Amino acid sequence: MADIDVSGGDSGHKKGPGVKKAKKLSTRVDMTPMVDLGFLLITFFIFTTTMSTPSTMKLFMPKDEKDPKDLTEVKQSGALTVLLGKDNGIYYYEGQLEPDGSNFKSSTYKEIRDEIIKKKKEVIAAHAHSPACEKLQKDAQEKGDPNWKDACRDRDFVVVIKPNKEATYKNTVDILDEMTINQVKRFALVDITDDENMLIKATEQSNGVQ
Amino acid sequence: MPSVKIPRKSTVTDMTPFVDVAFLILAFFMLATKFKPPAPIEITTPKSVSSEKLKENDAVLIEFDSTGRVYFTMNTKKASDIDLRRDLINEVNKNRNLGLTEAEMQNFKNYSTVGSPFSQLKALLALSKDERNKVKQPGIPVDSANNELATWIGAAKVAFQGHQVIYMLKGDNNAKYPSFKGVIEALKSNEEFKYKLITDPKAVPYGTDLYVKRQSGKSEDE
Repeated sequence: MADIDVSGGDSGHKKGPGVKKAKKLSTRVDMTPMVDLGFLLITFFIFTTTMSTPSTMKLFMPKDEKDPKDLTEVKQSGALTVLLGKDNGIYYYEGQLEPDGSNFKSSTYKEIRDEIIKKKKEVIAAHAHSPACEKLQKDAQEKGDPNWKDACRDRDFVVVIKPNKEATYKNTVDILDEMTINQVKRFALVDITDDENMLIKATEQSNGVQ
Repeated sequence: MPSVKIPRKSTVTDMTPFVDVAFLILAFFMLATKFKPPAPIEITTPKSVSSEKLKENDAVLIEFDSTGRVYFTMNTKKASDIDLRRDLINEVNKNRNLGLTEAEMQNFKNYSTVGSPFSQLKALLALSKDERNKVKQPGIPVDSANNELATWIGAAKVAFQGHQVIYMLKGDNNAKYPSFKGVIEALKSNEEFKYKLITDPKAVPYGTDLYVKRQSGKSEDE
C-alpha cells in the first residue's frame, strides 16, 4: 500500500564549522482531512445510488368476455379461490363457496404457499388422462422440463385471486409471485363478490382487526 | 516526585491506511452501483422472484404511490422520437379541448411526467420543469366514473403508432387495490392486456417448483 517517507523533522547531522545548512522542514502531511473527504464521497454514493436494478414481472389479463359461451371451462374441483383483505389478511376456499361459508378458511402469506402446493398435488393426482395430454407431455419432455409429467395435469388447477378494497398492491404482487414460484399455469385476477366480502368482514371482526 | 519520570509515547497515528481503505470502499461503490433515476415521487416497489430485467424501450410508465396518486410518463427509446411526445399532448389537447398553447406543449415535450387531472393540466404545463418537480400533484383520476388515464393511454397509442410499446406499472407497496384496479381498467378499455410490473428482485425459495425449474437451466416463458 502507499507509504509516505518520513524525512526531515529531525535535526541534520552536525557539519563542520563554518558550513551553514538550511533548516530541513518536515514533509509529513497530516492525512486527516483526506480521510474526511473520502468518507464524505462514500456517503454521497451510498445515498444516491442503488445496488439492485429493478426487475419486471409480466402480467397478462384476460379479455372481458361478453359472450358467456367463450368463458373457459373450469372444473370446480380444480379451483382454489384466494381472497385478500385488510392488514395482510388472506382467506381461501376450494371449489364453490358453500352457502353457510363452511369451507371458508383463513391463512397467512407464509402458509398459503403450502396450501397451493397441497391443492396442486391433489388436482394432479385426480387428473383423468386424455390423448391431447400425451402430446403436451411429449412437448414438455422434449424441451427438457423437469416437471414434464405434470405438463397436462396442471392445466386443471386454477387459482382465482380476489382482492377486496382494503388489500394493498404488495398483497396482490405477492400472490402473483406465488403463482410464479409454484408454477401455477392458470390464474385469474377478478373482483370480489359481496358475499365473500361479508365473510371477510365477519372474520376480521371476530379476530379483532380494526 | 521529580525523580520518577513516566516514559511518554507518541499519540499521533499515521492516517495513511485510513485513506487507502476509504478510497477502496469508494471505488467499490462507484463500480458496483448505478445512480437512482430522478423521480418526482417516492415509490417503494414490492419484491418478486421474476428475473427479467428492465429494458430500455418505447414505453408508457404508469406509477402510483401509497396514497393512490397516479402519474403518467411517456419514454422513448430513441432521443429522436421525442417529437412523439408532442403528438401525444396534441392528441390530448384535441380530445379534451384544453386550449394548450404551443409553449405549453413544448414544455410537455421536454418533461413528460404528468400527475394532474385535465382541469389543472394547463396550469401545470405553464410552469418550468423545476417548478413542476416541486409542485405536489394530485394524481390522475382513475375511478370508474372518470378514468382520465384511459384518455392518456389512448393518446399514447395514437402517438406511438407503428412502434412496439410496453406498458410498465410501478406501484408502491402500500397502494390500495382500487388504484391498481383503476389503472388496469384504463388499460383494458384501450384493449391492452399485456403489461410489466416493476419490482425489486428477490431470491427464489428453496425446494419450490420454480427453484427446480431454474436449477435445470430452462428458460421461463411463464
